[in-house]
Amino acid sequence: MATLNLLILVCLGYVVLLFGVAFAADRMAAAGRGAWLRSPLFYTLSLSIYCTAWTFYGAVGNAARSGLEFVTIYLGPTLVMISWWWGLRKLVRVGRSQRVTSIADLISSRYGKSNTLAICVTILAVLGGTPYIALQLQSITLSFSIFAEADPSGLYREGSSVFWVAAGLAMFAILFGTRNLDANERHHGVVTAIALESVVKLFALLAVGIFVVWGVAGGVGPMMDRIDASEIGQWNVDAGRWTTFIFLSAAAFVCLPRMFQVMVVENADEGHLRTAAWAFPLYLLLMSLFVVPIAVVGLDLLPEGSNPDLFVLTVPLSQGNEWLAMLSFIGGFSSATSMVIVTAMALSTMVSNHLVMPIWLSTQEGSGSLSGDVRHVVLVARRVSIAAIMALGFFYYRLSGGGAALASIGLVAFAGISQILPALVGGLFWRGATRTGALVGLSVGFLLWIYTLLLPGMGGALMSSSVLQDGPFGIGWLRPQALFGIEGMDPMVHTVMWSLSLNTVAFCVASLLSFPSPLERLQGAQFVNVFDHSVAPRGWTGSVAQSEDLMIMTQRILGAGPAQEFFQAEAEQQGGRSSLPEPTPAFLERLERELSGSVGAATAHAMIGQIVGGSSVSVEDLLAVADESAQLLEYSSQLEVKSAELSRTARQLREANTKLTQISQQKDNFLSQVSHELRTPMTSIRAFSEIMRDTDGLTDEEQTRYAAIIHDEALRLTRLLDDLLDLSVLESGQVSLNMGGDTLRSVLDRAVSSALAGTSKTLTVRRSKASERIPLHTDLDRLGQVFINLISNAQKYCDADDPVLTISAHDVGGQVVIDFADNGSGIPAEARSMVFEKFARVGGDKAGGAGLGLAICREIMQRLGGDISYLPGQGGAAFRVQVPLAYRQAAQ
Amino acid sequence: MSNSEDRQPQGVRPSLFLERQSYRRRRLTDAARLLPILGAALIAIPLLWPEPGETGAVTLSSAILYIFTCWGLMILISLIFGFAARRTAARDDTDPDTDRWQR
Amino acid sequence: MGILSRGGMKHMSRKVLLIEDEPNIAEAIRFLLTREGWQVETHAEGTDAVEVIQGANPDLVILDVMLPGKSGMDILRDLRELDDLRGLPVLMLTARGQLRDREMAESAGVSRFMTKPFSNAEVLTAVRDLHAQATQS
Repeated sequence: MATLNLLILVCLGYVVLLFGVAFAADRMAAAGRGAWLRSPLFYTLSLSIYCTAWTFYGAVGNAARSGLEFVTIYLGPTLVMISWWWGLRKLVRVGRSQRVTSIADLISSRYGKSNTLAICVTILAVLGGTPYIALQLQSITLSFSIFAEADPSGLYREGSSVFWVAAGLAMFAILFGTRNLDANERHHGVVTAIALESVVKLFALLAVGIFVVWGVAGGVGPMMDRIDASEIGQWNVDAGRWTTFIFLSAAAFVCLPRMFQVMVVENADEGHLRTAAWAFPLYLLLMSLFVVPIAVVGLDLLPEGSNPDLFVLTVPLSQGNEWLAMLSFIGGFSSATSMVIVTAMALSTMVSNHLVMPIWLSTQEGSGSLSGDVRHVVLVARRVSIAAIMALGFFYYRLSGGGAALASIGLVAFAGISQILPALVGGLFWRGATRTGALVGLSVGFLLWIYTLLLPGMGGALMSSSVLQDGPFGIGWLRPQALFGIEGMDPMVHTVMWSLSLNTVAFCVASLLSFPSPLERLQGAQFVNVFDHSVAPRGWTGSVAQSEDLMIMTQRILGAGPAQEFFQAEAEQQGGRSSLPEPTPAFLERLERELSGSVGAATAHAMIGQIVGGSSVSVEDLLAVADESAQLLEYSSQLEVKSAELSRTARQLREANTKLTQISQQKDNFLSQVSHELRTPMTSIRAFSEIMRDTDGLTDEEQTRYAAIIHDEALRLTRLLDDLLDLSVLESGQVSLNMGGDTLRSVLDRAVSSALAGTSKTLTVRRSKASERIPLHTDLDRLGQVFINLISNAQKYCDADDPVLTISAHDVGGQVVIDFADNGSGIPAEARSMVFEKFARVGGDKAGGAGLGLAICREIMQRLGGDISYLPGQGGAAFRVQVPLAYRQAAQ
Repeated sequence: MSNSEDRQPQGVRPSLFLERQSYRRRRLTDAARLLPILGAALIAIPLLWPEPGETGAVTLSSAILYIFTCWGLMILISLIFGFAARRTAARDDTDPDTDRWQR
Repeated sequence: MGILSRGGMKHMSRKVLLIEDEPNIAEAIRFLLTREGWQVETHAEGTDAVEVIQGANPDLVILDVMLPGKSGMDILRDLRELDDLRGLPVLMLTARGQLRDREMAESAGVSRFMTKPFSNAEVLTAVRDLHAQATQS
């Protein structure tokens, strides 16, 4: 009874239903009553556009050919979903925080908002997506043809029906996919429609499955027996294909533009992933639950040679269950339509944002401001793109003739789109990934995919069989299906292995070798560390951007209402009195993000750049400026270092100068002292010699006396000159020590006798000669000079009535210590620090000498490695002489 | 501390409970991270099965049973994790937008 | 009137006070001036020099710079502070002989400044000149 007319009627009715649902959902969302539309359930159901007509029909076909291999296509996504914590969560967060509109936008945004990359990904996606759309069209026509065969009227014409199907789908996509310009906004209508379609296709497949198991086979047990008894009754899966396909489907699940659209762009809440993590695998499980039974029963019941891809339809039909077949047809139809609609939407966004808009913008360049209605341009671009993509799919279908098995076309598309994976994963998890790396990797993978899979798969027209067998120009190791001479691999496995591994290697190597631009590095950090800071990169210095111009541009892109709302909100947030917000960097940042939701990141960036104009700077400029200023900073810090060095040198010079001045002052003082000490005796000598010369009648007594004075003063002069010479030799360090060995006792003996000789003043010297048996190894004459000086000082200055000098020697801490203490009044405390200075004299007595004695003693003791110091608290004046024991030991 | 204990003898228990809860949450996160590895391992097991025609070849029905059981298991664990995650998140009374789950 | 009385006294006994800590130099100057008819008193300390001058009431002071206790410069400054000793002729002797010392002495109000060693004739001439100036004024 299922006539073609009825079928068309049902189809139309179903489409009308979809329109209605989509329309209602949009209305509800607009009215703000669509909260339930944003539930995790709808999110999960919208994810199920992964299951296309390829799944609906092709899975059974695949199962009929290779048993359980078909589940790989579902196990891959299952693994991805249950590992959402690792990957998808980050992808979704990045997509939401960067207001990404498509997979191409994401890749471009990650690698420094590079439009070149966006174009590459877009082309790849279109190339991979077109056969896929053709596949959907094919499945619809095939299912139509099944019913047409059964319909005696023969009204069905394949070509026109495909055309109308394509046109209808394009209409739907345009109507609901481009209603709002902001591609980043949720398309509630479309999402609701595809959610409904998901339910329909699952319901249809389950219905057929249940019919087959319980209606045909008679329960689970008999069904299992029947499965084991069938020609595919044994586990027969190639290990390479099994792993490759699981990996491939997982990769494609993330990279497919339509999956990215529903999973990231249409995601309303990150938390939905939590539900989808189990609900979507469950959906996939249910979808594949009855695939094998249907295949087995189909193989059993249907005549040899019937297309296993259509078992879902033909099995119920063969059992005369036309309504079930009709339901199954609707299921397949909805699988195809939902996939086509979302794919067209996603691809059109990419095409318009990354191909059309940049071209349009470049034609607008030079005209100064943005003329014309951007909003209009974007919308038209997007609509035309949808139509063009549908047309491409249609023509691909017409040209390829719909011959190849459904599953293989799907896998070819998977392998193509998976080439994005290295750039995507690398971009999300590796900060070192660069634009160059992504471009090189993508190109390598893309070219290999075309060369090893796409071209050989298209038959002899595009690649001659000689190339296939012997390689291009006879180069064997370049054979498309046996690269590097590795033969015997499944073509699919071969392609996936080589293209993805070389892609990854090229990506990594080029990333390591190239250096990212500042913007890339910024975006890289934003992406990889998205959870650390959900704030987007700061892009603009707004001081020169004109708010009004921005407003005009935004109106053109977002439409007047939303633009005004956005600006109003921004102005309120800034708290200014003006109705227009100040073009602060933060505002421009948000505006760019808002605009990128409509036209893509790169374009939005370029547009704001155009408005903000030549006098403003791009992020790259800003970063370059930042780099430069960092260099300047470094330069100035170098200058600072140098100037610090200079001032340090200057300080050192000043110090040296001060020291020189001091030394010069000391020299002046010294000369002045020397002059005084020389002039004083000379005065006496001159005066008395003149007296003796000029005066007549001097008595003999007087003459003798004056001659004695002259003599004494001459001696004093000689002594002074000796001391001065001695001191200067000692101070200059040019003194040569005449080392010798003797006991302390004999040194002291000689010193005492020579000091006391020839003076009338009495001085009692007390010694304990027993303790003086200390052998010394030193310059004995110099040491004796010190002793003599100390003894004669005591002799001269000790003011006691009965002056006594006590000399005691002991061995203290490795040094010979000799103390000279007299019983006089000693040296006043304030003068003690001065006694070793040159020309220092305590009291007014000038008889002794020039005051160089103790200074010379100190110099001598330092040369001998010992010391001399004033010893307080001994009653009278006391000096301590220390001679190092090392000299004594050396003597032994 | 002692004050609050005086006023509320049970005062210590909630803090203990909270710690337990955050500890549980951490372990739950660990489990969630390990799940895909477990899943991959389970799915890889059929690679070890003998080729068809050899002795002990696996029948398709048992293969189906195995695959779908593993599949169901993964879904179940993911489901449990999802619900547990939501419950702890709800108990911590957060709005869904703030990501409490990241470390 | 004071001058007249002073001049009168001068003729009877011309008195010079020599403040010098080097005994040999002091003895040489005493010998020279005594033969010229001066009554010479000597003092070797700087500390109490001003009081000694006040007590001795000399017609002329010969002052060494380097003195124990108090320098000749300070003594001179103190003398010039006192009303009755402001006009007292002071001959200063120094062994250091630097230009700076001469300037300091002149600013302190010295009558004549001489560097050691000096010739005996110079000292006698200086003493005569100073005394003549003092009696004329």
